[in-house]
Amino acid sequence: MLSYISRRLAVSFIILLTVSFAVYVIFAFLPYDPAALTCGKTCNDPGIIEANRHRLGYDLPFFTQYFLFLKGLLFGRSFGEGAAMITCPAPSLGYSFQEHACVTNVISEALPVTVSLALGALVMWLALGVGLGILAARFRGRIVDQLSTIFVLIGTSLPTFLTGLMLLVFVVIKWHIMPFPAGNYTPFLENPFEWAQILLLPWITLAFAYAALYTRFVRSAVIDTSNEDYIRTARAKGLSEGVILGKHTLRAALAPIATMAGLDFAGLLGGAILTESVFNLPGIGRLAINSVVNIDLPIIVATTLLAALFVVIMNLLVDILYAFIDPRVRVV
Amino acid sequence: MTLLKIESLSVEFPTPDGLVKAVDQVSFEVNAGETLAIVGESGSGKTVTNLALMGLIPKRTANILGSAKFESTDGVVNLINSNQKELRKLRGREIAMIFQDPMSSLHPFYTIGDQIIEAHQIHNEVDIKVSRARTIELLEMVGIQGAESRMAAFPHQFSGGMRQRVMIAMALVNNPSLLIADEPTTALDVTVQAQIMKLLRDLQKELKMAMILITHDMGVVAGTANRVNVMYAGRIVESAKVRDLYANPLMPYTQGLLASVPRMDRTKIGRLSAIPGQPPSLISLPSGCSFNPRCNRKTEVESGKCESQMPELRLRADEHLVRCFAGEGA
Repeated sequence: MLSYISRRLAVSFIILLTVSFAVYVIFAFLPYDPAALTCGKTCNDPGIIEANRHRLGYDLPFFTQYFLFLKGLLFGRSFGEGAAMITCPAPSLGYSFQEHACVTNVISEALPVTVSLALGALVMWLALGVGLGILAARFRGRIVDQLSTIFVLIGTSLPTFLTGLMLLVFVVIKWHIMPFPAGNYTPFLENPFEWAQILLLPWITLAFAYAALYTRFVRSAVIDTSNEDYIRTARAKGLSEGVILGKHTLRAALAPIATMAGLDFAGLLGGAILTESVFNLPGIGRLAINSVVNIDLPIIVATTLLAALFVVIMNLLVDILYAFIDPRVRVV
Repeated sequence: MTLLKIESLSVEFPTPDGLVKAVDQVSFEVNAGETLAIVGESGSGKTVTNLALMGLIPKRTANILGSAKFESTDGVVNLINSNQKELRKLRGREIAMIFQDPMSSLHPFYTIGDQIIEAHQIHNEVDIKVSRARTIELLEMVGIQGAESRMAAFPHQFSGGMRQRVMIAMALVNNPSLLIADEPTTALDVTVQAQIMKLLRDLQKELKMAMILITHDMGVVAGTANRVNVMYAGRIVESAKVRDLYANPLMPYTQGLLASVPRMDRTKIGRLSAIPGQPPSLISLPSGCSFNPRCNRKTEVESGKCESQMPELRLRADEHLVRCFAGEGA
């Protein structure tokens, strides 16, 4: 098991290195001059541009730049000299002239928002999707199942931006059930109640779509597993239906859900772009969109790398977790 | 002593295309300690009969009629009209089952030890250590080497034959008085088949339990069973002691089945014979005797009788019941 994990870690590292290189290639060969972008859209003073180019190292050869980028990740990085020197401590992802801040700082401000959003939504959609899926499978063809089918149909066909907008329009604006949540994200440690209040509608928006998918998936997984021979064996042993469902059916049926949830969660950590935009949450998704609109290259590189990092890490975690759930994939 | 007495058992499945009579008016008895074989082609109703006995056919999907009186330790129980709670007490404790495919009959996520211990724990209020010891005892009994360490192994770490041994150990953990073995060797290699059948025979003698052996393999029947029921299209068509059946099969279908088994002791070397045609669809059974379209002895009966009337299951010789007009005399 240990050798399996270390092997997987090594592979993950190589994947991340490849992604960072690929992103950096795109970054370096885009038809934009990164130095010109540093002094704003209307600026065309060649003096400032060239000074910034030198300060940020954009005048160095491509491979040297990439090497400095990697070195910055490990040891931190300084831009410029003397009094104007800017230092971004490790792990440095570069410096954004548009935000006038080290990219790492920008990211670390946005990350808690996205993590809060993704985590809350994950809990909600797992509870709803798995619960409803099991009920629908258990009472197949009955009213619960039929209601769940309607839920699945609505949930999978409504795009998140529409669900989000509808929630805003009705719950907040028309019915005044909740205050307008725009943009004033409060960290959990500061005020957990306000934190939850602001995130509630975004959670529901995200969870709604995912829960519908999960309901459908769990329902069919539970039904498929119920038809397995080993469930018949469990029944022949004299076990009660409750034990058969809880111990025998669900263990096998929900194993693939762990993989699915891990990867969906990783995807959301990379930025729930639509939901964050609709609710004006200052998370990674909105940061990524804004950086693309403003062509803030260091941030584009950083958010892309971050998304890849989450996918790689969650993949690894899910595989390790799966080995604990299913002995057949355990590697000695 | 009669352990199980089945009377007029019918199992019908309503489908959009019509009523499927998977089992039609089946009656038979199983005595304590004996082996009754039920043979027949796929779809003849052998498995459905036994699933109905175990209460493993969902009531919503089928009409189950008739009675099946089982002599349990707490008195006689009619398996057909008992509720699931009563049946659960019998399943795995007094009536145990082993299935066709040992590859898929064990839960892949639990160790075999845990699965057998679980079977023991449901029916016995004892410490887990007692169940553990019992499990080791059973695993040794079915011939698994190093039982104590093998308990921690998962099903995928065993071969097919070994898994069937584990299934047998699990079935026998509570000393059942009746074991239903549903094609226990069909999915196994021929050499392993012989080992498993020998194991079942030995254990049955040792534990004095009755066994219903469901199979389509006439070779397996000959070596193991005391009595045989031959089923065709949901009905019993011949029932006899195994010796009588092999020596003197009376129903043309049984004759066909026996003739299609390759035998070492036959001197004449020729092609194996086969029964012409296909088993009938259970939705639209032929009128009269279900076997008549495939029967080669219709000429012995007055014309049209096989097509218009269903023959009764009649006693022809000592404990030898046959459902056929041919050879009935009168």
